[in-house]
Amino acid sequence: MAASEPTPSDKVVVLEVFRYRPEEDEEPFYQTYEVPYFEDWVVLDALNHIKNEIDGTLTFRWSCRMGVCGSCGMMVNGDPMLTCAAFIRDYYPATIRVEPLNYFPVIRDLVINMDDFLDKLTDVQTWLVPKEEKPVSEGEYLQTPVELAKYKQFSMCINCMLCYSACPVYGQHPEFIGPAALALAQRYNLDSRDGGADERAEVMFSHEGIWECTFVGDCSRVCPKNVDPAGAIQQAKVTATKDWYRSVLLPLGKKKGKDA
Amino acid sequence: MELLQHDILIVGGGGAGLRAAIAIGEENPNLSVGVVSKVYPMRSHTVSAEGGAAAVVKPNDSLDDHCYDTISGADWMADQDAVELFVNEAPREMTQLEHWGCPWSREPDGSVAVRPFGGMKIERTWFAADKTGFHMLHALFQTALKYDNVTRYDEWFATKLLVTDGVCQGVTAIELRTGQVRAVVAKGTILCTGGAGRIFSFTTNAAIKTGDGMSLAYRAGVPLKDMEFVQYHPTGLPGTGILITEASRGEGGILVNKHGQRYLQDYDLGQALDINDPEHPQKRSMELGPRDRLSQAFIQEREKGGTIQGEYGDYVHLDVRHMGEAKINKKIPFVRELCRNYAGIDPVHELIPVRPVVHYVMGGVHTNINGETPMPGLFAAGECACVSINGANRLGSNSLTELLVFGARAARAAVQFGTSCGDIDAEKVMAQATEEQQRIRKQFFQPGNGDETIAGLRGELTTTMEEGAGIYRTGESLQATCNTIRELKERFGNVELADHSLTFNTELTSALELEYMLDVAEALAHSALARKESRGSHQRIDYPERDDGQYLRHSLAYYGDGDPRIDYLDVVITRWPPGERVYGSK
Repeated sequence: MAASEPTPSDKVVVLEVFRYRPEEDEEPFYQTYEVPYFEDWVVLDALNHIKNEIDGTLTFRWSCRMGVCGSCGMMVNGDPMLTCAAFIRDYYPATIRVEPLNYFPVIRDLVINMDDFLDKLTDVQTWLVPKEEKPVSEGEYLQTPVELAKYKQFSMCINCMLCYSACPVYGQHPEFIGPAALALAQRYNLDSRDGGADERAEVMFSHEGIWECTFVGDCSRVCPKNVDPAGAIQQAKVTATKDWYRSVLLPLGKKKGKDA
Repeated sequence: MELLQHDILIVGGGGAGLRAAIAIGEENPNLSVGVVSKVYPMRSHTVSAEGGAAAVVKPNDSLDDHCYDTISGADWMADQDAVELFVNEAPREMTQLEHWGCPWSREPDGSVAVRPFGGMKIERTWFAADKTGFHMLHALFQTALKYDNVTRYDEWFATKLLVTDGVCQGVTAIELRTGQVRAVVAKGTILCTGGAGRIFSFTTNAAIKTGDGMSLAYRAGVPLKDMEFVQYHPTGLPGTGILITEASRGEGGILVNKHGQRYLQDYDLGQALDINDPEHPQKRSMELGPRDRLSQAFIQEREKGGTIQGEYGDYVHLDVRHMGEAKINKKIPFVRELCRNYAGIDPVHELIPVRPVVHYVMGGVHTNINGETPMPGLFAAGECACVSINGANRLGSNSLTELLVFGARAARAAVQFGTSCGDIDAEKVMAQATEEQQRIRKQFFQPGNGDETIAGLRGELTTTMEEGAGIYRTGESLQATCNTIRELKERFGNVELADHSLTFNTELTSALELEYMLDVAEALAHSALARKESRGSHQRIDYPERDDGQYLRHSLAYYGDGDPRIDYLDVVITRWPPGERVYGSK
């Protein structure tokens, strides 16, 4: 979708933008741009105005401009935000500082490297491992609305990376699997069709997994889709603890199935 | 230069591309697959689809009904063999996606729920609340992660088809992170690059929808089919063009003019039933008419003075208030979120301003029912392709299913082709790739080209498309648009880039995208100029009637030195002879 420019405005807003071009710049620096102020512009519109009219070298990712593709996450005045959902009117008349997401390597300007996250998704096996095999010809797996509701919230993750850039643990220990990937792993663990929890357990419960989380909760605070990764991690911890007690305290053969 | 080699190469990592990759992952684990995508796959525009995906699964439904709805919705421009095959394979594909974990909304008994959609006689649209495309794309992406034989080239931008002796053998692509041009070769190449809505100024489409694959094929001599058919979705938010899903009408929402009247009943779409009538919303009627007819009704209502004037052009109101908060939250929560965030209104209590907005390109790369293009080794699926099942007007919720059915079919056809084709001549493809690298450097990185800017030319292109090739067209308006596109193509040679960096140069990719957009726009405008009739989404004021005698034929636009050459191909008719499109009566 496109944002059209409404009637011209006399007001302006100042953006202070993080710049880093690895071929030219020894160090990152901040560049200041003045853009017109419109009541319904978001920070992304201002960046596009800069790109189109002022400085074609400014580099950032974006696509849908409706908060669902997850491309345009950046730090806006120090908070991780989807820039397509950050309205300039909420900052005006103050200067708006735009930086790449915290804790990720910067490729250029506002573009971060998120390879690490994609590898972690594979590590925690964010796909359905069928509890029981059923040929497609026999139709869908039944799943009641109540069963769907158990995991639905955790399936809403758009992979925007805001939670990682809000997570102090990830900031200090980049090997931490992190909020989004753990929430997605938990999403499959809670899916009534899934039987892959044991396969995911090794990575989820490893040193880099759920126990790294100190429950700061900033991941859930900044999540633009209310996924609540901190809640997902807490749930996984409870399940893991129950499983551990069962394995230690209950005699062999009396263990119950997994409690999800 | 490095040569990267796979058995099958997929260009585009959206719904069709990922479905194709998984098909090979599942069925041919010994083959290697490369997926070149200019964005991370989960950023692809499939993610924005909201309302649902059609497939017959309920006992009250029938395959023939889905066929008839699709064919009449297409104003008889769809190939009926393709539609039948699509409808037959749809339930299996949708169930398969369920088995891969897609969180479909459910009935209390645990079976998949369906909802009514525009132009469909029976409710058959599967949905995941109103984020169906998002959930389908993420389910496909997460499933694709488990196949070791699938190699992703995320954020690689395809620039050219590699063609040796008339056979497609892969693409050249820029690795955005390094700026290096690479040759990625394969025995079969499948284009899954999506549509081209960005050639219009007011569109629901994401920034990435610039017709890349269509142009790549077109330049290589493969015709673009039925490009004159462009879908305007009747309900976009003014200003931003953000889509308000048809599901809001499928769940009972109504469209009203400035007098609060359900104006659609004045446009041959049936009688308005009371919103409390148990029959409301009535299928194939009023708000559940097809998108082309609803968008045309808006323009006529505007002529009559029934629309409301706003800062971003005229609009009407979509009213969902009678659904109540609980149902809105359950069935169309994303509509509420979008309205609150981007229009500053709450649809639980307020009317939603909406107007028609470019949404989908029915035309695309000419393929048969197996996704094969006329060029050996080249395949296409999804919005970038034209099989055709959508004809002159696509029905809402057929395109998400189309991604699955034809993504999988194209993959199988490409695998089959790979078993019998010859080896790749590395020397020849490397020569082409080197030449392409030089072309890009020469065209865009040498200073002193001129004073044209990308944004400037792009703005002129999208304006002329909207003005000349919109919902209603004339020979005159289309000719003017064709002339402007020709002029813009010439001026494109004077584009001067400010950015000469190799690292993630999005100014360069924007320039390349604009070049693709100009090609697609050219094919579209010329195909529209040549079709002297009105059918489905293609409405010519100077030729207001449908003309089956002359034009029950697909257009094929061929790239040339000057204007494209337009040829025609008969529409395949099997069991449904051309008839009148009737909406609003039982």
